Amino acid sequence: MLRPDPYRDKKTIGALLRGVGERRTPCRLMEVCGTHTMTIHRFGLKKMLQDVGVGLVAGPGCPVCITPNDIHEAAIRLVTERENLILAAFGDMTRVPTKIGSLQKSAAAPGSRIQIVYSPADSLLLARRHPDKEVVFFGAGFETTIPGIALTAAQAVEEKLGNYSVLSAFWVIPPPLRAILESGRSRIDGFLYPGHVSAIIGPRAYDFVAKEFRRPGAIAGFEPADILLAVLSILDQIAEGRPRVANEYARVVSPDGNPKARAVLERILEPKDAVWRGLGRIPKSGLAFRPAFAAVDAEKKFGLTLGRETAELPGCRCGDVLKGLIEPPQCRLYGQACTPEQPHGPCMVSPEGACLAFHKYGTPS
Amino acid sequence: MTGKVSLDLGNGGKAMRDFIAGRIMPAFKNPLLSPLLDACHLPEGIAFTTDSFVVDPPVFPGGDIGTLAVNGTVNDLVVSGAKPLYLSLGLILEEGLEWSLLDRILKSIRRAAAKAGVRVVTGDTKVVRRGQGDKIFINTSGIGRIVAAPDPARIRPGDAVIVTGPVGDHSLAILTARGDYGFQSSIKSDCAPLNALLPFWRSGVRWMRDVTRGGLATVLTELAEEIPYPILLEEVEVPVSAPVRGASDILGIDPLFLACEGRAVLIAPAAKAGAILKRLRALPVGRKARLAGRIQTEIGRPGELILRTSAGGLRLLEPLTSELLPRIC
Repeated sequence: MLRPDPYRDKKTIGALLRGVGERRTPCRLMEVCGTHTMTIHRFGLKKMLQDVGVGLVAGPGCPVCITPNDIHEAAIRLVTERENLILAAFGDMTRVPTKIGSLQKSAAAPGSRIQIVYSPADSLLLARRHPDKEVVFFGAGFETTIPGIALTAAQAVEEKLGNYSVLSAFWVIPPPLRAILESGRSRIDGFLYPGHVSAIIGPRAYDFVAKEFRRPGAIAGFEPADILLAVLSILDQIAEGRPRVANEYARVVSPDGNPKARAVLERILEPKDAVWRGLGRIPKSGLAFRPAFAAVDAEKKFGLTLGRETAELPGCRCGDVLKGLIEPPQCRLYGQACTPEQPHGPCMVSPEGACLAFHKYGTPS
Repeated sequence: MTGKVSLDLGNGGKAMRDFIAGRIMPAFKNPLLSPLLDACHLPEGIAFTTDSFVVDPPVFPGGDIGTLAVNGTVNDLVVSGAKPLYLSLGLILEEGLEWSLLDRILKSIRRAAAKAGVRVVTGDTKVVRRGQGDKIFINTSGIGRIVAAPDPARIRPGDAVIVTGPVGDHSLAILTARGDYGFQSSIKSDCAPLNALLPFWRSGVRWMRDVTRGGLATVLTELAEEIPYPILLEEVEVPVSAPVRGASDILGIDPLFLACEGRAVLIAPAAKAGAILKRLRALPVGRKARLAGRIQTEIGRPGELILRTSAGGLRLLEPLTSELLPRIC
């Protein structure tokens, strides 16, 4: 049995939910982060909140999902067309389906292979251990994971490891929020901001949402009580008519975020316009290696042309899911042609993907 | 299913069930095989089962491939309502295996068999070239005498779901023994024979399964599909040890899908559940048994396994889909 855990026990959650109900403020909120989506479904919060008038919709907060197909295809081509190359990646990245298959199901070129790693540091070990092979780390992430990958790449430069590079899919969170709000296609009354990304970038990064778009928001942690505290804060902001960026995850997120981590990003990377799955090209929404780090930039090293807008696989509506336009079950393929065993789109692959969260943690009828 | 066999096939979850339904049943269908019980009930009161063991590493905290090979087959007989009597022992060895390791494993088999009250009565040994196997694989078949007829058709609303002990220890013991994740723990496999559960067939228990690959959630989703009522599981009542809870949280896996090798789930009438729990808790294998759920009719639809989460929300539990940890048994 579980020991009562104040962040997830029935008594606390019940009291918070009553608080939500008493505010009688029907609204539709976006949880930006994929890990929030998972908590919300895993603990059955979605239905509980829906019953008291608060709708939650998943946002573009899953790095595996928002990385467009051309980058996934580039990774597949690297390992299938080049000999003696080790393509290191996090497990989920190897299962994303594209029009040329997935990494997992690809046949590597002679002497080449795909290696699943749990940390970017492991990919650097591979490069040291196999000086006769090219090691490419397929690194996708937001502000939380990018500093670790960037530092690993910088370490390779320092060691003059000529056989190491990073195929980067680096994304920053605030620009797509602006893109979603500017498009005006999805009604969103407020945002649950990601906890770990905010620990790096700090609450002020979202000020524009409150000031320019008059939308309330709150940074949330990853336990059920964290989510409900953030929802309560947003409802209060709506009632007061004073949108702001509340920090309901103060035990981790400091008012300045993490300046050291940001300095790492600043030193090694620079902003670039980037194409997101579903959202298209968004100004300054990605990060690229600065010229001084060109040696570890796989895009330059292998002369890849990335950044084109690529189409989804036929029928796949991951793009609309990521924009908050539809919920996964509204996709025709969901649960039929697209399942966790045979995913047709990335949102059914990643544990942070909305389709997988819906499928894995279904609501009883 | 296109192309080639994937690891998912061996996880005890959906892919394996699809494989059995799509390829095994059409080829071998017969009235004895069709119920797909853990052990088959043959004429003359005989029960028969078989199981293969490929665990990596072959020695792990709390046991080795030898203890698993005995207990896995013994437990399949027990939960199928049979008293285990005889085992066969098939060894597939890789050239170069250390004698010291093989001797250790044979000793474990002897001890485990004595503890479970079974005798190894026939066997076979094959050796494959280096690199064509991985140290040691074992197959055991088991014969037992039928003492009860498990029958899901007797399950009724209100029946209790009893879990005999903390879940997930075996999977996590294997995982940490491999060292893939770079952390250590004190978690030991729960590998044990479940013979002590046999008398419970006479105390009104309607159905039993050992909680192996796919975990408690997969075992109960399969039961839910067989009976005309939904099953409600209470997350806070499912026994999970603190180290397993902690390691699962770090790794992002759910203990409800982790395998055990010495735990079972029992379905018993509500009126008898209290007495059964009390007797279970007096046994070494059932010391931490809990009433963790109910067969019910108020929420959900027939076929559904519903979890009431610690937060009080409700969600469905699906059978395990992708392979969490290959070669755990």
